[in-house]
Amino acid sequence: MPFQPIKFYQTGSFVVGNRLLSEDQRSVQSSQARTNSLTLGHRACQGCGEALGARYALDAAMRASGNQMVVANATGCLEVFTTPFPETSWQIPWIHSLFGNSAAVGTGIAAALRSKGKQDIRVVAQAGDGGTVDIGFGPLSGMFERNDDVLFICYDNEAYMNTGVQRSGATPPAARTATTDAVGPHPGEDFGKGKNLPLIAMAHEIPYVATATVAELRDLEYKVEKAMSFHGARYIHVLVPCPLGWGSAPSDTIRLSRMAKETGLFPVFEAEGGEVTSVSKIRHRLPVEEYLRPQRRYQHLFRPQPDTQTIGRIQAIADKNISRFGLLNGEPK
Amino acid sequence: MERPFAITLEVGSSRHNKTGTWRVERPVYVDRLPPCNDACPAGENIQGWLYHAESGDYESAWRKLMEDNPLPAVMGRVCYHPCQTACNRGKLDEEVGINSVEHFLGDLALDKGWMPETAAADTGRTALIIGAGPSGLSAAYHLRRLGHTVTIYEAGANPGGMMRYGIPKYRLPREVLDGEIRRIEAMGVEIVLNHKVNDLAAVLAEKRFDAVFLAIGAEIGKRAYVPAGESARILDAVSFLHSMEGQAPPLLGRRVAIYGGGNTAMDAARTAKRLGATDAVVVYRRTRDRMPAHDFEVEEAVEEGVEMRWLSTVKHADAGKLLLEKMTLDEKGMPTPTGEFEELEADSLILALGQEVDLELLRNVDGVVATDGVVQVDRNMMTGVPGLFAGGDMVPGERTVTVGIGHGKLAARNIDAWLRGTSFSKGGRPELADFDLLNTWYYSDAPQTVRAKLDVARRRSTFDEVVQGLDESNALFEARRCLSCGNCFECDNCYGVCPDNSVIKLGPGLRYEFDYDYCKGCGICAQECPCGAIKMVPESI
Repeated sequence: MPFQPIKFYQTGSFVVGNRLLSEDQRSVQSSQARTNSLTLGHRACQGCGEALGARYALDAAMRASGNQMVVANATGCLEVFTTPFPETSWQIPWIHSLFGNSAAVGTGIAAALRSKGKQDIRVVAQAGDGGTVDIGFGPLSGMFERNDDVLFICYDNEAYMNTGVQRSGATPPAARTATTDAVGPHPGEDFGKGKNLPLIAMAHEIPYVATATVAELRDLEYKVEKAMSFHGARYIHVLVPCPLGWGSAPSDTIRLSRMAKETGLFPVFEAEGGEVTSVSKIRHRLPVEEYLRPQRRYQHLFRPQPDTQTIGRIQAIADKNISRFGLLNGEPK
Repeated sequence: MERPFAITLEVGSSRHNKTGTWRVERPVYVDRLPPCNDACPAGENIQGWLYHAESGDYESAWRKLMEDNPLPAVMGRVCYHPCQTACNRGKLDEEVGINSVEHFLGDLALDKGWMPETAAADTGRTALIIGAGPSGLSAAYHLRRLGHTVTIYEAGANPGGMMRYGIPKYRLPREVLDGEIRRIEAMGVEIVLNHKVNDLAAVLAEKRFDAVFLAIGAEIGKRAYVPAGESARILDAVSFLHSMEGQAPPLLGRRVAIYGGGNTAMDAARTAKRLGATDAVVVYRRTRDRMPAHDFEVEEAVEEGVEMRWLSTVKHADAGKLLLEKMTLDEKGMPTPTGEFEELEADSLILALGQEVDLELLRNVDGVVATDGVVQVDRNMMTGVPGLFAGGDMVPGERTVTVGIGHGKLAARNIDAWLRGTSFSKGGRPELADFDLLNTWYYSDAPQTVRAKLDVARRRSTFDEVVQGLDESNALFEARRCLSCGNCFECDNCYGVCPDNSVIKLGPGLRYEFDYDYCKGCGICAQECPCGAIKMVPESI
């Protein structure tokens, strides 16, 4: 057997940092000099996935833009827990907007910068899933269609958590929310509803679309950096578990995002010009049941007896994602 | 201060909001005891030295190793590595080849001529060690490092004890052994050879030494009564292996039978094979699963063509042949004779039935208790005589080089305390780092191609001594497979995954701190710590 040097770093690139890697190979989050776009003292719940996702994404974007960046923020949890008047947790240029118009505000900032000739300053707009897939969808679709030079990041926690966990267009089937109670013959959110915004964004054939989770930091940072290398409309959709709305243990935030990907329920991929260019493969495939069981929003599926039929329907969604995106090793893409 | 209309609060950062008050549990960094360290009879900090080897800093790794064990190149060859049996990685794919990395580090140190850290300032105290085997050498090394003057009386012509006169060369090349012993001598330990102590009481009466450590081993081969014809050739394994160090190898004949089922029986059989015996047959009373020999020794022996005759005893030995009786195991697993006999052609019979301690030198010493042929010691390794310590094969315990080295270290620390008029305590035992405490998601899988290579590397290092140890790239790879169970290895995970930025990174080698002013106690850091070095502790109210 010919000798093949193997780079093996104990933990590979799964951990945040790694003392065995050279500085330039380490993640933004492992650096003592990271921006901490979202700083101490914010009022997010214990174990908030959104607080984590926002810091991950924006710190990476700050590095990619050479700290030349403006962020427009939609109303939602992310705004409420970071900026209760008169305090702010943001350590970056940041602008408040309404629930539905952060894409439009981003577009406006980009236009203003263009007319002032400040091409080096980049624009990021961000919102939760409500502000993205429901209320803010019109402005966002317009931003895509005009190919405005804005990176839009959606932190998807799968319901309107800030106002008391009402369903959104991103709420998954069978999940209990305040407005899709676990009662009646079909408890929780109906099957067949909701929208898949990453695919809708791809249908606009914008330069770059990607999905990510807070469980895969290196992947998320890579995608933000890649998105910043393009001009025009870009979209990143980050799954961020919400311990409050999902009824999960605060310590399980990362574990659940990892499971969402490992079951196939949340496919992690990137696309350029409407075509999927790469997918993040499943490392250790899990049945959906393992992902559903620790979440109280699905507890009606397990009590008093497991609702195998409904669990089977959710498994079918995961299986479909797996074959559609080729999520298993050995499959193309 | 003047504030704008309807504004009552000062404008500021959210840092005013000390979210630490929300917390009901606090994360705490801990160092847990890795299972390898827990299992090591020599008390090595294996995780500790692998940590340095992982970054390619082999000298620091070796120095860390040398804190506990002065003979890494020897141990990397002859240790039965209980550490690997305990290794958590075994539950993931395969255990880390700790022994092979130790082998590599030991050889590298000999190669580069690294010397142990110089001894502490001289204390003016003197210690005598009787026996230059693993235990005696280990005690000498540790006592010397602690600043004492050490003399060893060795009965043999060369130091090493069973490492030289019991372990065959194909498992432990003598230049390796010599190299590591020379290093101990170079620290100022005096080894007086050909100096057999026949009467310990007389030596003690001289009062030349402030403390004495007795480590004479168990060098007498146990004899069993085997009815034999006049011309039958019967040897015992200990003397047989011992004579391999002499000028002329013993004459065995073409067909050799070995009676016994321990590691010494395997060594004798494999040595006989190497001396040119066409047949080497091990005769053992019970079955393979009850054999005291280690599995891999049996496997290696079988690979080399050693034959096994299970459930058999030797009834009578004659010139050229043995009469064997078939045995059967009763319900308790005890072998009982069946009355069926068979013949085995054998030119000589080697008895490998265990070893005994020669307690002759203790006959005039009052206060030393010997039970079942071994000297009793307290938990400080001291015998009934104040200042007289004992260890190694002559005290109760498993008889391996590693255990001997461990005894030597423990005895040295107690002798040191005794000489200083204090007492030695081992300190608290940290919580064990169980597999369940790890988050193994974060460790790289060793994919198929890698594992195949790994196997080759392992086989070369652990099973086939004829072939050299690991080369640097293999050793580095193997070291990096360590999971660092229970001990922070600065992967930055806690620093990264905290949604509240409440982990402070202190910089390389300094680890991290929690900012309890802001930590909300969500527990993500503890859950996502790969090695289980964070513990959630309830807040006091």
